[in-house]
Amino acid sequence: MDSARDLAPIIIVIAFFQLVVLQQPLPNLGQLIFGTGLVILGLTFFVFGLEMGLFPIGESMAYAFARKGNIWWLLCFAFCLGFGTTVAEPALIAVSEEASKIAAAGGAIINTQESMQSYANGLRFTVALSVGFAAMLGVFRIIKGWPLHLIIIGGYIIVVILTFFAPKEIIGIAYDSGGVTTSTITVPLMTALGIGLAGSIKGRNPMIDGFGLIAFASLTPMIFVMAYGMIV
Amino acid sequence: MEVLTEFFTTFAGTVTDVIPIAVIIFGFQIFVIRKKIPNLKRILIGFFYVILGLSLFLMGLEKALFPLGRLMADQLTDPSFLFEGTQQASQVVAAHWSEYYWIYLFAFAIGFSTTIAEPSLLAVAIKAQEVSGGAIGIWGLRISVALGVAIGISLGTYRIVTGLPIHYFIIVGYIVVMIQTYYSPKLIIPLAYDSGGVTTSTVTVPLVAALGLGLASKVPGRSELIDGFGLIAFASLFPIIAVLTYAQISKYIGKREKKKRQQNEDEYQNG
Repeated sequence: MDSARDLAPIIIVIAFFQLVVLQQPLPNLGQLIFGTGLVILGLTFFVFGLEMGLFPIGESMAYAFARKGNIWWLLCFAFCLGFGTTVAEPALIAVSEEASKIAAAGGAIINTQESMQSYANGLRFTVALSVGFAAMLGVFRIIKGWPLHLIIIGGYIIVVILTFFAPKEIIGIAYDSGGVTTSTITVPLMTALGIGLAGSIKGRNPMIDGFGLIAFASLTPMIFVMAYGMIV
Repeated sequence: MEVLTEFFTTFAGTVTDVIPIAVIIFGFQIFVIRKKIPNLKRILIGFFYVILGLSLFLMGLEKALFPLGRLMADQLTDPSFLFEGTQQASQVVAAHWSEYYWIYLFAFAIGFSTTIAEPSLLAVAIKAQEVSGGAIGIWGLRISVALGVAIGISLGTYRIVTGLPIHYFIIVGYIVVMIQTYYSPKLIIPLAYDSGGVTTSTVTVPLVAALGLGLASKVPGRSELIDGFGLIAFASLFPIIAVLTYAQISKYIGKREKKKRQQNEDEYQNG
């Protein structure tokens, strides 16, 4: 029943604002309770499956790759995982379509269905490529044991510099695209992969070296999307 | 009956999301690693539970919380609600930013509560507790991340209302992160950086995006297309600051307690 406790704050917030601030009754109370029940049940199953399926496979693959000792396959795997999980991400598809509307309204591309579609697709692949690249870089960092904060701060500096050169309309989307790429299934997998990898390489601390893959995956899309906005 | 069809549509949607991941994992497992997966059956059942859980979760959100949340975001940003009694709604041209206090409060509350329920944050918190040997509590991490998101989103709504350029906030945020990184315990830094990315997924993005777009379309002089974006960026930057602050506070408290204990011991020995 942990899930019920996790959900309680949302229910309290919504009920408070609806009843006290807006002073309106809750519509469809029956459906609301039913839906909340589903959410609680779903969250319970998710956590259960996480510990049974996603965490073990992520870690066992990390161990297997470390034992095999072939760095190229590992990097290739990381890239595929990053790219494959991002390119089909619904939140990303929605954001890239919005972005194409902005670009068309701002006059950056011709305002036709076709050019907007190709712009949106281009953006989507750009973000997916950048997440693949991030996963690869993140894995490489774990192997080498580089300090994470130096790379991230370097990335921030690139973001800041690009901000001054990128077209104004794209900046908001670029910043947002960092956050939307990491989905609910990617996050546990990448975390397990990173920690498993750090745990199986001698001299790496899972706490210091294992985390950080997600940080890369939310940083590189900003850089790539701004670059995309400057080129297209 | 209708519920069942709806469930199968959501379920099919989740399966399509998971297929590329499954193909990559099992492809590499079979063709590159070429070893049998230990506990294959258990892992497959785990995958099934994850898909089932996510489908139920999404369907429940879509049924209950999202429509209401979107409706509320819409109502709260409505000028006739905001300026009730003070001004005629139609006469509002540019209200002072402080008139939007309900919005900031709602943004804070919804940011906090959706982050607590975010499944990917829960996953990372479970791992962090496991790896740190319990030094980082699941709830300590979740609450500090949720506070970060809450502050981030309310600041983000303030930005939409005032129309200030987003990069000022983000760049200042980066500078704060850099300074904090320098003073924080080294163990927490990677986890803190990660927590920025995990906060915004299934639960938070739809509600927060609705709030941002609703607000941008109603505040005079804001463009929905340009100003509606950016809330997610705030929600991914501020958790980093919050987690680093959490680490610094717990380090400070730990140090003070140690000092106190030392003092007590000294007194005991002397007296």
